[in-house]
Amino acid sequence: MIRLATLRRGRLLQTLFPDRWNGALSAFALAFIGWAMWQAFDWAVLRAALAPDAERCFADGVGACWGVITEKHRALLFGRYPYAEQWRPMLAVGVLLLAVVITLFPRSPRALRIAVWLPALPVFFALMAGGVAGLTPVPSRQWGGLPLTVMLWLLAVAIALPVGVLTAMGRHSGLPAVRTLCGLFVELLRGVPLVSILFMASFMVPLLLPPEARVDMLLRVQVALGLFGGAYLSENIRGGIQAVPAGQVQAALSLGMTPRQADWLVVLPQALRHALPAMFNSFIGLFKETTLVTVVSLYELTGSLSLAIGGDPVWRPFFLEAYLFIGAIYWLCCFSLSRYSRGLERRLAATSA
Amino acid sequence: MRHTVSRLSLRLFGGIAAASLLAFSATAQAGKTLDSIRQKGSIQCGVSTGVAGFSLPDSQGNWSGFDVDYCRALAAAVLNDPSKVTFTPLNSQQRFAALQSGEVDVLARNTTWTLTRDASLGLQFAAITYFDGQGFLVPKKLKITSAKQLKNAEICVQSGTTNEKNLADYFRAQNIKVRTVVFEGFEASFKAFFSGRCQAYTTDVSGLAGLRNKEAKNPDDYVVLPEIISKEPLGPAVRRGDDEWLAIVKWVAYGLIEAEEAGLTQANADAWKATSKDPVVQRLLGTGEDSGKLLGLDREWLYRGIKAVGNYGEIFERNVGPNSVLKLPRGVNRLWNQGGILYAPPVR
Repeated sequence: MIRLATLRRGRLLQTLFPDRWNGALSAFALAFIGWAMWQAFDWAVLRAALAPDAERCFADGVGACWGVITEKHRALLFGRYPYAEQWRPMLAVGVLLLAVVITLFPRSPRALRIAVWLPALPVFFALMAGGVAGLTPVPSRQWGGLPLTVMLWLLAVAIALPVGVLTAMGRHSGLPAVRTLCGLFVELLRGVPLVSILFMASFMVPLLLPPEARVDMLLRVQVALGLFGGAYLSENIRGGIQAVPAGQVQAALSLGMTPRQADWLVVLPQALRHALPAMFNSFIGLFKETTLVTVVSLYELTGSLSLAIGGDPVWRPFFLEAYLFIGAIYWLCCFSLSRYSRGLERRLAATSA
Repeated sequence: MRHTVSRLSLRLFGGIAAASLLAFSATAQAGKTLDSIRQKGSIQCGVSTGVAGFSLPDSQGNWSGFDVDYCRALAAAVLNDPSKVTFTPLNSQQRFAALQSGEVDVLARNTTWTLTRDASLGLQFAAITYFDGQGFLVPKKLKITSAKQLKNAEICVQSGTTNEKNLADYFRAQNIKVRTVVFEGFEASFKAFFSGRCQAYTTDVSGLAGLRNKEAKNPDDYVVLPEIISKEPLGPAVRRGDDEWLAIVKWVAYGLIEAEEAGLTQANADAWKATSKDPVVQRLLGTGEDSGKLLGLDREWLYRGIKAVGNYGEIFERNVGPNSVLKLPRGVNRLWNQGGILYAPPVR
C-alpha cells in the first residue's frame, strides 16, 4: 500500500497519474471512493432519522434510522440489568475504564498503576452486585451489555497474563513433569473451541460438583475465558523466549546468576518485549471472544443487541443501525488497544536502544 | 466457519450434557425445586430470546407474552407475587441444557413436545398450552391454493428446526419434489422469502401470522395455505425427578384453562370469590375444598394466578389474539366445548 502521507504533493500526482491509462484508472477509483463515501454520509447523516419513532423511519427518503439507538440504547448497553438500577453499571464501567486509563497512562507512577485497582475492583463489584450501602442485590446472571464485556475482558487478561507467563516458562523448565503438564494444559485448551469450553464451564461443571459446592456461573465462565486466553498468551510468550539469543543466558550464568535468576531476570523481560505485538494481538482477540459468552445465556454487548432487537417486530428492521452502533464500540476499544500497543513498543524500543 | 464449528460443538455438548444429566438429575434435584424457589424468592423462567407474542422484552427490559404470562401466573400461585420471576432468555440450542443444569426452574419457551425430548433429555413436559402446527406462506400472485401445488417450488426454511425435518417428511410422503433453501437464522430465512428468493416460506403457523402482519410490505399480498403439515404442541417443561414441582407447573396451566371454562376472569374473580355458589368456581378460587394443600401451596393459589394474568382465554387474547401484533385466530386452541381441542382435567 502506498502511504499517501509520506509522499510529497508532486510525487503523489506522479504516483496516481503516471500515464494516461493508469491515470484514468486512478481517476475512476477516486471517483468511486468519493461516490461511495458520499452515499454513506448521505445515508448515515443527512437523511438519518433520530427520533425513536419507527413509523417515521419507514417513510420514503429516510436513510439510517438512529431512532433505534435512541429507543434501545439502554437495553443495548446494559442488557438484562434492571432498568431502574442502570445508573449503577454505567458508573461501574466508568470506574473500570478510568482505572484502565490510569494504569496504561505512560506517566502514571508505577505504584499508582497497581494501587488504583485496590479501590476500583471492589467498587465495580459493589455497584454491579449491590447488597451493600443500601443497593438492591442484582444476581450476576442479570449483568449484561458493556460492563459485562469490559469486565470479562479485563479479568480474563488478568488471569491470562500470569497463566501465560507461568506455562510458557514451565515449558522451558528443566523438570520433565512441569514441562509436560504445561504443554498439556496449553495444547488442551488451544485445541478445543472456546464455545465448548464455555459450555463445559457453565453447564457441565455444576453437574460434576455437589450442590453445596456450586460456584457462581459468571465466575466459572470468567475463569474459563481467562484460562483460554492464557493458553494463547503462553504460546506468544514462548515465541518471545525463543527469540532471546542463547548468549544472554550464558552471559547471565557467567556473571554468577543462578539458572532461575537468568530465566526470570534476563530471559523473561526480553521475551515479553519481543512478544508484545503478539500479546496485544491476543488481548484484542480476547476482547472479541467475549461475544461467545452469549451461548451460555450471558448477554454481553452483542447478546444484548439480539435480545433488544432480535424479536421486536417494531425495531427488528433496523438491525443494521444497531449493529453499526455496537460495531463502533468494539472498534473504538480494539483500535485504542492497538494504538496503545504501538506506543508501548516505541517507548520500549527507546529505552532498550 | 467458526459458526459452523460452534453449532456443531454446541449440539455435541448439549447431547453429552443431556446424557449425563439423566444419570445425575434424578438424585440431585428431587423435590428440591419448590424449596429452592421459596428460598431464592423468585422463579427462574427460561424463555425465548425474543419471539413477539410469546416472550419479548421491551426497551425497559419488561417481558411480555403468552409464555411470560404463564410464568407470572406460576409466580403468583407459588410466591404470592406475579413479579417474582426472573426471565432467562435461552436460544434453541441451550434451552434444554439450561433446564437440566438448574439454570432455570421451568422452561416456557414455545418448545414442541416430542417423544425424544420427553424421553431422552432429562426433562418432562407438564401440559400443552398452545397447539401449533407448521404451515406455508406464499405470495398471492402465484395463485397457489394448496401445498400440493408446490411442485418444484423453492421453499425457504430455517435450519436445525423441526420445520426443516417436517418439510422433507411431508413432501416425501406426498411424492412431490420441492427444493428447500435452508438459512441459518430466522431473520435471514424470512428476509430471503420476502425478497423473492423462494416461492414459499414455512414455519409454525403462529410464526407465519406474525411475519405476514409485520414483515411483509403489504400483508394482503401473501396467503397462508390451508395445509397444516405437523403437530407442534407447545408447553412448559421441567426437570425430571421432581414430581411435586411438575404437579404445580402442570396444574397452574390446567387451572387457567378450567377458569376460562368456568367463565372466571381477572375482572370478576373478586366478586365471584365473595358470592359464587358454583362448586367448580369455589374450588378454583379456594373458597370450596382446598386444592392447594395437595400441591404444597395454600388454598388461594389459583385465585392469585387468575388475578395476575387472567384465564387462558384472556392470556391468549392479550398476547397473540386478534388485538395483538400476531392477530392469530383461536382455531384449535378454543375450548373443547367450543369446537377446539383445549381440554383440561378437572381441578378437584
